[in-house]
Amino acid sequence: MSLLYIRKDMLGPSAPPASQTGAIRWLRENLFSGPVNSILTLLAIYVLYALISLSWPWLANGVWTASSLQECRSIVAASAGPDAGGACWAMIHERWHQFIFGFYPPDLWWRPILAFGLLFVALAPVLYADNKSAMSKLCGLIGVLAVLCLIGADGFSFHTVLAIALFAGLTAFAATKPRALLTVTILFPFIALWLLWGGSIWGPITALLGFMVMAMIYSLIAPKLGPVMGASLGFIAACLWWLFLQSYVSEAWQALLPLELTYVTSDKFGGFLLAFVIGVASISISLPLGILLALGRRSDMMLIKTLSVGFIEFVRGVPLITMLFTASLLLQYFLPPQTKFDLILRVVILVTIFSAAYNAEVVRGGLAALPRGQYEAADALGLDYWQAQRLIIMPQALKISIPGIVSTFIGLFKDTTLVSFVGLADPLRGITTIVRADINWKGIYWEPYIFVGGIFFIVCFGMSRYSMYLENKLKTDHR
Amino acid sequence: MAEPAIDRSKMQISDEVAIQITGMNKWYGTFHVLRDINMTVNKGERIVICGPSGSGKSTLIRCINRLEEHQQGQIIVDGTELTSDLKNIDKVRSEVGMVFQHFNLFPHLTILENLTLAPIWVRKVPKKEAEEVAMHYLGKVKIPEQAHKYPGQLSGGQQQRVAIARSLCMKPRIMLFDEPTSALDPEMIKEVLDTMISLAEEGMTMLCVTHEMGFAQAVANRVIFMDQGQIVEQNEPREFFNNPQSERTKLFLSQILGH
Repeated sequence: MSLLYIRKDMLGPSAPPASQTGAIRWLRENLFSGPVNSILTLLAIYVLYALISLSWPWLANGVWTASSLQECRSIVAASAGPDAGGACWAMIHERWHQFIFGFYPPDLWWRPILAFGLLFVALAPVLYADNKSAMSKLCGLIGVLAVLCLIGADGFSFHTVLAIALFAGLTAFAATKPRALLTVTILFPFIALWLLWGGSIWGPITALLGFMVMAMIYSLIAPKLGPVMGASLGFIAACLWWLFLQSYVSEAWQALLPLELTYVTSDKFGGFLLAFVIGVASISISLPLGILLALGRRSDMMLIKTLSVGFIEFVRGVPLITMLFTASLLLQYFLPPQTKFDLILRVVILVTIFSAAYNAEVVRGGLAALPRGQYEAADALGLDYWQAQRLIIMPQALKISIPGIVSTFIGLFKDTTLVSFVGLADPLRGITTIVRADINWKGIYWEPYIFVGGIFFIVCFGMSRYSMYLENKLKTDHR
Repeated sequence: MAEPAIDRSKMQISDEVAIQITGMNKWYGTFHVLRDINMTVNKGERIVICGPSGSGKSTLIRCINRLEEHQQGQIIVDGTELTSDLKNIDKVRSEVGMVFQHFNLFPHLTILENLTLAPIWVRKVPKKEAEEVAMHYLGKVKIPEQAHKYPGQLSGGQQQRVAIARSLCMKPRIMLFDEPTSALDPEMIKEVLDTMISLAEEGMTMLCVTHEMGFAQAVANRVIFMDQGQIVEQNEPREFFNNPQSERTKLFLSQILGH
């Protein structure tokens, strides 16, 4: 007998058998693959039915216009019978502005609306890098929404015209020169600060000048003494500017050329306005801070490593509420007596520190997942530490850490509701308590929580979807 | 193994010293990995370093661009001594190319970006010029059509050729190869070795840690055998393979050439 076998012609690919496709097959495989799974499927269908049949009448009987909870109940009783339950959305209809703006003066609502619209324009180049069409779509869409909100808030006024011109210009910018939109990103914190709190325009401008002082000192010193020395001396110079010179320069300019918006104090902030101010500020500062801490923790330099580890472990070990109390009470004792240190600013700083520590650990995980070879290849090509980090290590480590970073951000955004413990009017507890204190709405319970929860869900779900989009876009390994 | 036809016209060894290592010792903790290494490499030399695993051969060539730090002795590369001075280290690294066993391409960048990254950021070459140089070297390693793909889409052999091209884009004076073919399928080893041979034909100074004895016989002008962190024997390849002197070398050669 011979072992010889020779294939005469090679086989081409053929289509799979018909049983591999179709809806029946899907059902059989996923829902009814065996007796246990069939029972579980039927049980799940029953639970879903029970839930919906219980909650549907309540939602369907909802009342949208009424002036008090009693009126809501009598309307429901009249239309659906005396025992029927019904949601009282009329409360949202009447008090929505407190959930959104807190106690911000109604004639100034255009300012937070404009700031919110500009936030997305500023985010566009960060979210979509070089994708011109996505950027201009986002800018256009948010422009239209902002203008509609403005018309809703105070009719067709000067602000509306201003906003139309501004967003049209920015959308055109996004479509033609997407890189130039980064200028808006850089300037946005100062614009938003001015729009939201108001006061003299020279305050934010001179604050911005502090960063220019930092950049100037850095560019003078870095070539001679290295980037670390340049950065630290620049930082010290900027701090000196902010502490001692800024107020004089700003006052001098204000006297010379007065340009100001009505000042709004921090205690007027509340609702989602407050949640967004704290959330956006903390998210955007805590990521770079977290990256630096993660690098510090992996550093060979003993002092930097110890400081980073100490900071991260301390902050992660302390509950956020403790830190918020520190912000509202203790910090006053450590600062010079006359300093007026805004409560929102203090809270932002501590929430930032808190989430920076978490981000640092998430990024460190990403760094640890990179093979050593990547560091070695970067070294072998002669890239210095910062070049290697920026061009090789961070793009990969951050890509790995996207799910973790976004989790931290979502957690942070939801944690902004904890500021109610230090007397700020967050949307969940602060505003809801205030609304229920009104005799008309006393006893309303589900509706405000569903409303606030719904908005939180939309924002957090948006972040989560964006992170999945980003992960897909950056997937370059096995295509 | 059939010897490939090699053009030896440009393979000239000059008197100029490229690498000088004197009395070098290295420890990992208390483990003495490299013991009293002395060696001089002249410009244009093609040296193959072989030895059993754990003999310190990879560590030795990784010391030459200071991916590993030595604790005693002196390493002078192209006139620059390697100390803890970062400026010197970066200078040496930009003059010495290195090819790794696992390629270590940057997976988030396209092939072209992999090749132009270091010239643009380290040598400050304008982007356009860097891309021209990159395309030239991609042509040399025979895969210019892959320029806009990502490393993950290439085969192992192609990735290793890209890695070689990436090093060449820095116009290095010395090339180090750390087991460049050990992670490759047999079918792909040849394409990488061909690339290395053509590099040798152009007179590049090369140090290769490899077990490809055919390559050693065909290209190397010197073979160094290491064991237990020291240089045990070195000779020109024909003598080394046909007439090994030390017992350790004989044993090693009988084991790797035994099949």
